Amino acid sequence: MHSFARFSLSTFTFLLLGLSTGYAQQSATALHQRANAAMCANCHGSEGKTVDGSAVPSINGMPKDYMVLQMKAFKDGSRPATVMHQLTKGLTDAQIESIASYYASNKR
Amino acid sequence: MKRRHFVQASLALGSIGSLATLMGCSTTGRIPEKARVVVVGGGYGGATTAKYVRMLSNYQIDVVLIEPDAAFVSCPMSNLVIGGSKTMADITTPYDNLSSKHGVNVVRDYVSGVDATKKTVTLASGPSIRYDKLVLSPGIELMFNSIEGLKQANASGQILQAWKAGPETANLRKQLVDMPDGGVFAISIPEAPYRCPPGPYERASQVAHYFKQSKPKSKVLILDANQDVTSKGPLFKKFWADNYKGILEYIPQHNVTAVDAKTNTLKFEVQNDVKANVLNVLPAMRAGSIAVQSGLANANGRWCGVNYQTFESTQAKDVHVIGDSIMPAPAMPKSGHMANSHGKVTAAAIVAQLSDLAINPEPFLTNTCYSFVNDKYVVHVASVHQYDSKDKTYKTVPGSGGLSAAPSELEAIYAWNWAQNIWADTLR
Repeated sequence: MHSFARFSLSTFTFLLLGLSTGYAQQSATALHQRANAAMCANCHGSEGKTVDGSAVPSINGMPKDYMVLQMKAFKDGSRPATVMHQLTKGLTDAQIESIASYYASNKR
Repeated sequence: MKRRHFVQASLALGSIGSLATLMGCSTTGRIPEKARVVVVGGGYGGATTAKYVRMLSNYQIDVVLIEPDAAFVSCPMSNLVIGGSKTMADITTPYDNLSSKHGVNVVRDYVSGVDATKKTVTLASGPSIRYDKLVLSPGIELMFNSIEGLKQANASGQILQAWKAGPETANLRKQLVDMPDGGVFAISIPEAPYRCPPGPYERASQVAHYFKQSKPKSKVLILDANQDVTSKGPLFKKFWADNYKGILEYIPQHNVTAVDAKTNTLKFEVQNDVKANVLNVLPAMRAGSIAVQSGLANANGRWCGVNYQTFESTQAKDVHVIGDSIMPAPAMPKSGHMANSHGKVTAAAIVAQLSDLAINPEPFLTNTCYSFVNDKYVVHVASVHQYDSKDKTYKTVPGSGGLSAAPSELEAIYAWNWAQNIWADTLR
């Protein structure tokens, strides 16, 4: 009886906490990652989705490993570009990883 | 036994309360109920901020966007309307989606006053709106009084600026269409900083292209207060030499001090007067008038100082200023793309502040700026600006950014797609 009550109470505590913080909850890390990734959206569309008929490709849902490789290829010049070789040179490898992770986690 | 359970339960609830409070204040990102952000100005900066505060808060923060115009008319690409290859409809986007898709409350009005102590803005129509966070993105104000006679010449519709896209864009196009072949179009440029560094040179290129096609005896004069072309100089000058020889003339170090609307004449500090059929006189610029009136333009009385990590004014707490109105960090252009980037950093900072989350310690900004040198060829300049927490400013990343190697048709396709995508990113 005693231990059951304790169990119920801790479950209740957990649920209540979950409810009270579930509202609009997000972590600072996730917020910063999403906002940094939004620097791509000016050309590649909000959440990485370009408008219909765009020659600039959508990047949402792009596999992370592929995107990291392409960004690094722009950066080291092995993939020619009009502007991406100049922009990727402004990003660290960690920033590229973070941006690629964000768009890979987005559904198409 | 029952009593003991009750006590335990109370303690547990008490700890829930304090823990929730603690988490709310430090780590959870819980947003207080009815937090409200008011954004003034629906251009690239303001509209982006409004949309991204909604998105980044998972639609938990209320956003009011105050904008006097019925629709967004883009300054980037507006030179193509002046050159005749695009129409006003091509560069116009309604504000509907900000409301219907993102739940932004769009109020069509001007702001007549800001009370940073009471945290309210007053609308020109009378009512006041309370805010938790205020974002001013009012663009630029043209300093008509810096050039004698210009205010009256603009009011009469004779000498236009068209430096905020809208009716003047269409009217300047009409002046060029009405001009007889053999006439002269003269554009004057103020000393930097001004809105859109390459804009005047792109405009001159567009008019030269139009003349070359339709009025081949006509001339374009660029009268620049600066020492040299302020952006993409070698690219513009080579294209002019190769394509507009005998049509376009570039004249540096000419600072306009007065206009005579009766004779359509420009007067300069030192040099002889210049007459033209169509004058496009760009005076010096400063932060949009609401920012100046509110006492936020604390850099030379022209631009607004901000904390670059959050874009919060250095003058007033909980008031953020973005876009062309700010005192820029080194090598930061006053551009639509940059204002959109400011908007995202600001939206994230506001969501963090209202959620008691840590503010991004190292935000960065991108800028890509395309210029059409005729109707089919484009050049760009790009840059990446990383926030430096030690020096509290943005610095361009060494080795990053740069210019087009040469004008190209491929970049013209990307430029028009850039416009479509940034309009959607800002407004849809």
